[in-house]
Amino acid sequence: MLTKRIIPCLDIKNGRTVKGINFLDLRDAGDPVELAQRYAGAGADELVFLDISATEERRKTLADLVYHVAEKVNIPFTVGGGISSVEDVDILLHNGADKVSINSAAVKNPRLINDLVAKFGSQCIVVAIDAKMIHGEWKVHLVGGKVPTELDLFKWAKEVESRGAGEILFTSMDHDGTKNGFANDALARLSTELNIPIIASGGAGNSHHFVETFIKGKADAALAASVFHFKEIEINDLKKELRANGIPVRL
Amino acid sequence: MNIVIINYGAGNIQSIKFAIERLGYQAILSDNEQDISTADKVIFPGVGEAGSAMAKLRSSGLEKLVPQLRQPVLGICLGMQLMCHSSEEGKTQGLGIFDTEVVKFPNRVKVPQIGWNQIENLKSPLFQGIPEKEHIYLVHSFYAPICKETIAESEYGLRYSAALGKDNFFGVQFHPEKSSAVGSQILRNFLEM
Repeated sequence: MLTKRIIPCLDIKNGRTVKGINFLDLRDAGDPVELAQRYAGAGADELVFLDISATEERRKTLADLVYHVAEKVNIPFTVGGGISSVEDVDILLHNGADKVSINSAAVKNPRLINDLVAKFGSQCIVVAIDAKMIHGEWKVHLVGGKVPTELDLFKWAKEVESRGAGEILFTSMDHDGTKNGFANDALARLSTELNIPIIASGGAGNSHHFVETFIKGKADAALAASVFHFKEIEINDLKKELRANGIPVRL
Repeated sequence: MNIVIINYGAGNIQSIKFAIERLGYQAILSDNEQDISTADKVIFPGVGEAGSAMAKLRSSGLEKLVPQLRQPVLGICLGMQLMCHSSEEGKTQGLGIFDTEVVKFPNRVKVPQIGWNQIENLKSPLFQGIPEKEHIYLVHSFYAPICKETIAESEYGLRYSAALGKDNFFGVQFHPEKSSAVGSQILRNFLEM
């Protein structure tokens, strides 16, 4: 049986791991390669590296990081953050990334999804969507959630699917950093209306939140950062609890 | 040992090279017929779309070479699919090593299948020391149905071939290079055949 995935997310700035609370107020949580190995050993099913650097050398720094992670880590990983062209993706995949995640660039130029899928295949193209509820409607936000758009979350998600993306990583800006649980209503709607896997992100505070997002939110995978980085949740314990709740996991 | 990963421009082969290195072996990436024919072990990778991958294989002249190889050959993911006689994806003619077609998952399951699933009914030295129902990592939209060459099964809405085997040819739908310790063991079994 296909299992539900637990995905630690490592925010990367200038080659180091950081985690933002509500995407601001960064804290250093270590060396990404070491942390990645630790998570692979601890039972993580996948990893996501989200690059938030804004330097000129970011492209090379990120490619180097991907190369060193691929060298050491025997589970799949996705790289995202500022990816905006076929060439960007080509470099990352060639250095050993399994998947790439695109966000703002896809909203600005939806055609990019088709181009990437045609060149590299659906299986390695993840579209990340950051959204926030505004006057009762989920609206897509850009630039790490700072810039609102008029785009409706569900409409955009369907377009992303129809353009060939293999997976959607949905982050609720209303839940991210709150530790009050995932946006399960929106997740369940995404999971029901679309036929590609949905990764839940934003709001993990305890093990029960993961149980809820797999059952109520119908998520295929759940992503979190600080609860793992600061050892508030051990992945192995989390998976045992998921299994005890009838959720299939790899233990 | 001389290990060649066929480099025909399809997919993330760096990870396979690293996985082999973690086992203490070295592999070279090559599309050279001489390198491939004289290798002790050949790995035939592939991710992406079947039609364009097959076109690349054809244009590099490897389409005829691969089915004639006598040493152990391991196809991974799309590599395995291309070793079958055809794929529904892009109505592609395959290499015809395995006598089965490759078809798309039905819409009652999410497509692609992404994640860790279990392998069972293991029937090959490739799985020596691997217990039934271990988890392996897969990412795919198309699958090979159960057939006489099935050497491992898995289930995703229906039962399908997680691995195929015939003579010196092996194909795995999953990614051993990304399947943690279980995947490393399977890769080691192949290299030490």
